[in-house]
Amino acid sequence: MNTTLLLVQGLNGLQFGVLLFLVAAGLTLVFGVMDFINLAHGVQYMVGAYLGASLAALTGSFWLGLLLALPAALVFGLVLEFLVFRHLYDRDHLSQVLATFGVILFLNEGVKVVFGAAPMQMPVPELLSGGVPLMDGLLYPTYRLAILAAGLATAALLWFLVERTRAGMLVRAGATNAPMVTALGVDIRRLFMLVFGFGAMLAGFAGVMAAPILSVEPGMGDNLLILAFVVIVIGGIGSVRGAFVAALLVGLVETIGRGLMPDLMRLFMDASSARQTGAALASMLVYIVMAAILAFRPAGLFPARA
Amino acid sequence: MAFQESGHKTGATRRGLLLASGAGVLAAPALHAQAAPIKVGVVAVQTGPQAALGTQLRDGWTMGLRHLNNQLGGRAVETIVIDDELRPDVAVTKVRAALERDRVDFVVGVVFSNILQAIMRPVTESGTFLISSNAGPSTFAGRGCNPFFFNTSYNNDQVHSVMGQAAQDLGYRRVFLMTPNYQAGRDAMAGFKSRFQGEVLDEVYVPLTQLDFSAELARIASLRPDAIFTFMPGGLGVNLVRQYRQAGLANIPFLSTFTVDEATLPAQGEAALGFYSGANWAPNMDNAQNTRFVRDFEAAFNYVPATYAAQSYDTAMLLDSAVRKVGGNLTDKNALRAAIAAADFTSVRGGFRFGANQYPVQDFWLCQVVRRPDGKFQTQTVRRVLEANVDPWAAQCRMPARI
Repeated sequence: MNTTLLLVQGLNGLQFGVLLFLVAAGLTLVFGVMDFINLAHGVQYMVGAYLGASLAALTGSFWLGLLLALPAALVFGLVLEFLVFRHLYDRDHLSQVLATFGVILFLNEGVKVVFGAAPMQMPVPELLSGGVPLMDGLLYPTYRLAILAAGLATAALLWFLVERTRAGMLVRAGATNAPMVTALGVDIRRLFMLVFGFGAMLAGFAGVMAAPILSVEPGMGDNLLILAFVVIVIGGIGSVRGAFVAALLVGLVETIGRGLMPDLMRLFMDASSARQTGAALASMLVYIVMAAILAFRPAGLFPARA
Repeated sequence: MAFQESGHKTGATRRGLLLASGAGVLAAPALHAQAAPIKVGVVAVQTGPQAALGTQLRDGWTMGLRHLNNQLGGRAVETIVIDDELRPDVAVTKVRAALERDRVDFVVGVVFSNILQAIMRPVTESGTFLISSNAGPSTFAGRGCNPFFFNTSYNNDQVHSVMGQAAQDLGYRRVFLMTPNYQAGRDAMAGFKSRFQGEVLDEVYVPLTQLDFSAELARIASLRPDAIFTFMPGGLGVNLVRQYRQAGLANIPFLSTFTVDEATLPAQGEAALGFYSGANWAPNMDNAQNTRFVRDFEAAFNYVPATYAAQSYDTAMLLDSAVRKVGGNLTDKNALRAAIAAADFTSVRGGFRFGANQYPVQDFWLCQVVRRPDGKFQTQTVRRVLEANVDPWAAQCRMPARI
């Protein structure tokens, strides 16, 4: 593997990491701030992708699809909050896991009833359809650069909202000591509802952004959800900064690991077993890294509550 | 559906007794019981990410019955759709219920090999004919062949070897292989290499849950192969095809199996244009039976049929011919088996016959994705790669002459 290829793989890893961050950011907010395990975050990402794809098909424009899908995802998240999650805040984690897992099953079948079982597509917007030549014969799609930019912008916006605004201050206070904030006259339930709706909108945004490069199909959020949990656990639950660093780390480890592992294994064994062992090891690598980090920092890289 | 159980022997005699006791009102149902409908269990996955394939398979069967006026060999048919949920344990439970409670006369369908493997024994040991209209594992083509089992699709290995032969014929010398890291993926590579003589630059296995292929695409670009061969079913294929096109690699020929077909093309669209696949059938095949099938299927279901639907349609036609041959009498299993094996029907593939292991002996084609004048995408035959091909396992099958 030469240096150019390694750099290209590094860029690919960063870009996948940013996509992971878009999904994990909403999850870490809800999990960390409200101490609420929301397994349904992955299906909210899926619903976002479906809304984006169908609205884009309806309006004939990616941008209109994106613009309309965001409020739709927000409303959808609020409806879910009203119907299901609201009744679970005071329950233990097991009830939350069971109920939100039920939401996964329900929505995965639900999108199939509404949109059909066949995968859907969302076209890449005309403006971003080109590519930048990276190395001989390989284009880096402009759209992927747009995902990078969107992820970085989201990170900056979240940092600003949580650290520099009054609402963000209340969110942080509510996470630390909810009864005290209530006693000071803040409607904590309403605050949580807003955080939840915002988290759902972030998941939906990630879904719409991913739709032009990934297949829009029932269950598309399930794989990503597992990686998103890895990200927030590594980063420290509730920490947006931790989620950002961890997402980039996971993206890099995942992508570069897949590229390097089979070659690395070839130093020790023959080609055909190196390929299979390498592939198996590469898919475990993220979890090995997580285990190693947790062994030294049990609360993650940037614990939200010191 | 429980009331229809009485359609068989026990119910008929019970009704006969009631009749004898003077309950004249029951005369009509008793007559009806004589011509009880043939019951067919159609096993097709309807839930989960692969449901689109099961839907294709079910709709192909439905289309066949529509063209047959919902009759097989002149007898009315009752179809029971069984959703296997792509879980072997669920499939066995539901198929057992269909065998024991609903008393189905045939079990047909099955998209995935692991489901077929699970239901094989329960069905064949009950003396019921099982006709797979898609899954074609090598286990039942060779030593494990069974007189109660027929296959109307292909043996899995054949389809992959078609692409190996096609790569050979097209003169590609350096090929890059990539499949998911599970049994079917390894079989695909082995099948391709069984006929490809050139150099395999690299074999890459990716996890079944892979979303982003950019690491592999960069590797392909750095190796500059003459062509790539891949097997990426379902959503994996949608992701790969679109990312392959977006990365500007489309000038490297894309050879594939079960990656670009009518089930995934609506989501791949333009990105798959010109990509190759290997198959035993394509919607453009020029014969009267196929033209009618494709036209009416699209009118009825509003999407382009894939091989799953075509093979399922053929299965309906096959059973129609077999039931007609035995005069509607399904009790003589040997006669029924001979009637199925005769395959005396018009296939949408043109010719169709069974080999000694009761798998088809058929032609395989190199197909390519095209855009039709109406804007929809479909695969289209380019040329015949293998003629009257017998699967590589058939020689190992010792098929008993009588049941």
